[in-house]
Amino acid sequence: MIYDTFFARAMSRPLFDLLLKGLWETVVMTGVSGLLSLVIGLPLALILVTTDRGGIYQNLVVNRALGWVVNALRSVPFIILLVAVIPLTRLIVGSAIGIAAAIVPLTIAAAPYFARVAEVSLREVDRALIDAARAMGATRPAILREVLVPEALPGIVSGFTVTLVTLIGASAMAGAVGAGGLGDIAIRYGYQRFETAVMVAVVVILIVMVAGMQWAGDRLARAIDHR
Amino acid sequence: MTETGEAPVADFHDVVELHDVVRRFSGRPALDGISLSVARGEIVGLIGRSGAGKSTLIRCLNGLDRPEAGRVVIAGTDITRMDETALQPIRRRIGMIFQHFNLMSAKTVAENVALPLKIAGQTKAARQKRVMELLDLVGLADRAGHYPAQLSGGQKQRVGIARALAPEPLLLLSDEATSALDPETTQAILTLLQDVNRQLGLTILMITHEMEVVRQIAHRVLVLDGGRIVEEGPVARVLASPQTETTRSLLRGLSPVLPLDVAARIAPTGNQALIRLDVYGPAARKPLLAEIETVTGQPPRLVHGGLNDVQGEPYGRLFLALGTADADRITAVIDRLSPEATAVELLGYVPHDL
Ligand SMILES: Nc1ncnc2c1ncn2[C@@H]1O[C@H](COP(=O)(O)OP(=O)(O)OP(=O)(O)O)[C@@H](O)[C@H]1O
Ligand SMILES: [Mg+2]
Repeated sequence: MIYDTFFARAMSRPLFDLLLKGLWETVVMTGVSGLLSLVIGLPLALILVTTDRGGIYQNLVVNRALGWVVNALRSVPFIILLVAVIPLTRLIVGSAIGIAAAIVPLTIAAAPYFARVAEVSLREVDRALIDAARAMGATRPAILREVLVPEALPGIVSGFTVTLVTLIGASAMAGAVGAGGLGDIAIRYGYQRFETAVMVAVVVILIVMVAGMQWAGDRLARAIDHR
Repeated sequence: MTETGEAPVADFHDVVELHDVVRRFSGRPALDGISLSVARGEIVGLIGRSGAGKSTLIRCLNGLDRPEAGRVVIAGTDITRMDETALQPIRRRIGMIFQHFNLMSAKTVAENVALPLKIAGQTKAARQKRVMELLDLVGLADRAGHYPAQLSGGQKQRVGIARALAPEPLLLLSDEATSALDPETTQAILTLLQDVNRQLGLTILMITHEMEVVRQIAHRVLVLDGGRIVEEGPVARVLASPQTETTRSLLRGLSPVLPLDVAARIAPTGNQALIRLDVYGPAARKPLLAEIETVTGQPPRLVHGGLNDVQGEPYGRLFLALGTADADRITAVIDRLSPEATAVELLGYVPHDL
């Protein structure tokens, strides 16, 4: 790497490797739980919108029940959720510590969050467009595929960006309970051993990550927005 | 024909039949007992004030809106209580042009026009061919790759028209298809609709506030007011002699009215009678002025008005000064004209020099 020599001069080789490992772990945690949140959250959002009154799959019982679950999950502070789901994490991953273990609570927190954010965008799709598709004889899956999702996509992309940014922060918190990643490094070196340089390095890396992600997300959202 | 999914089309004469259709919005009726039928190949104009229930009426025809009471029969099939899934094949045979365009913002012009074909399960190659044909027809071939947000109102409406015609529908429901268009484009679209009507027997139900549109292509006109049909009939008849106040006010500007200075000189007595004569069809082709002369002994004078035509049918309103004030002769003139004319009315008397 080009920056190798620069960083090697600025900090010790072991520290650089440590940060690189932490960065990688954060990227994996954020990426995997982000992807899972997308895969789980988008269908949840579609169900929340389409089962509501006047929706194409109207079913108020399902709607209220799902809305309640999503709200309940969203109202639990992440730090408590982190501990509360440990038994479930053990069941799924086989361990309560490590990156894989952190992905479980991160996903459980982020999926309902993303579902709500995506739901807002889906609700903003003009009913008249759904009517136009119905008038063409579109089946309900076709309405989802051709109208609801494409029309809400710019908002969904923005919402997913926000979700990823939130996940970076949450993954740092997960680090505090032994999940690894940049948060873990910041706590162990920066906080417990008073190595301020490590702390600063971690913060700088996080800022760059978040800013980069936001920039890319905004650009993508703008590129697909033809309204 | 294209490989569109065929609706269960029974043997039918009327493409649309409504029986006592009622639709209420929070208790207030938007449609208050509508019965009508539209024959195959007919072009029917639907006019009425804002809020009369026009859009609600056409939304009931493809099940976008459901009536509380009454029956809706499309191409021989009763759709009143059909569920959404059962309606789908029928909707694929009904094109709809929306008042507010309703184009998909995330799709290009070509993708918008292709959407009904995609929904009907056509292959990509078949879709592309048909889309280009239609875009050529509405003059937007060069905009195929643009998004609706990049188009003017008139261009969007033309995309909506192309989209509605794409699946070669049996019935076209049009909500103000031409209101966003300039006169030239309106002409082009009307000619297009008329061609499709003649060549493919497309049945068209069109809402419009432009009487000129009704005059040019409709065979029959329905006037809606407060959710009821207050007048209906052949366009020439309704234009020549509107029977209700609603129709008269909708037609204002199209039917000639007496200039104010002339109207001001009408009195209960005077030198000569002034009559209003409404005629249409065969009656309008007769030498009516000569007939009047044989009764009165002198040629009537045309004060105002004249003849126009609706798809080859003449119709018009004439204001005639008879040259005499003799009560017997005036009665004789009115008796003579009454069987021929749609309406004859003695307006009053005016001075000789009028
Ligand atoms: N979805 C709705 N909810 C409540 N009221 C409605 C709804 N749709 C229509 N209405 C009411 O029904 C009546 C008829 O409306 P409609 O849209 O059919 O009128 P229109 O004749 O098409 O008018 P315009 O020429 O302005 O388009 C109006 O009083 C309107 O307020
Ligand atoms: Mg309307």
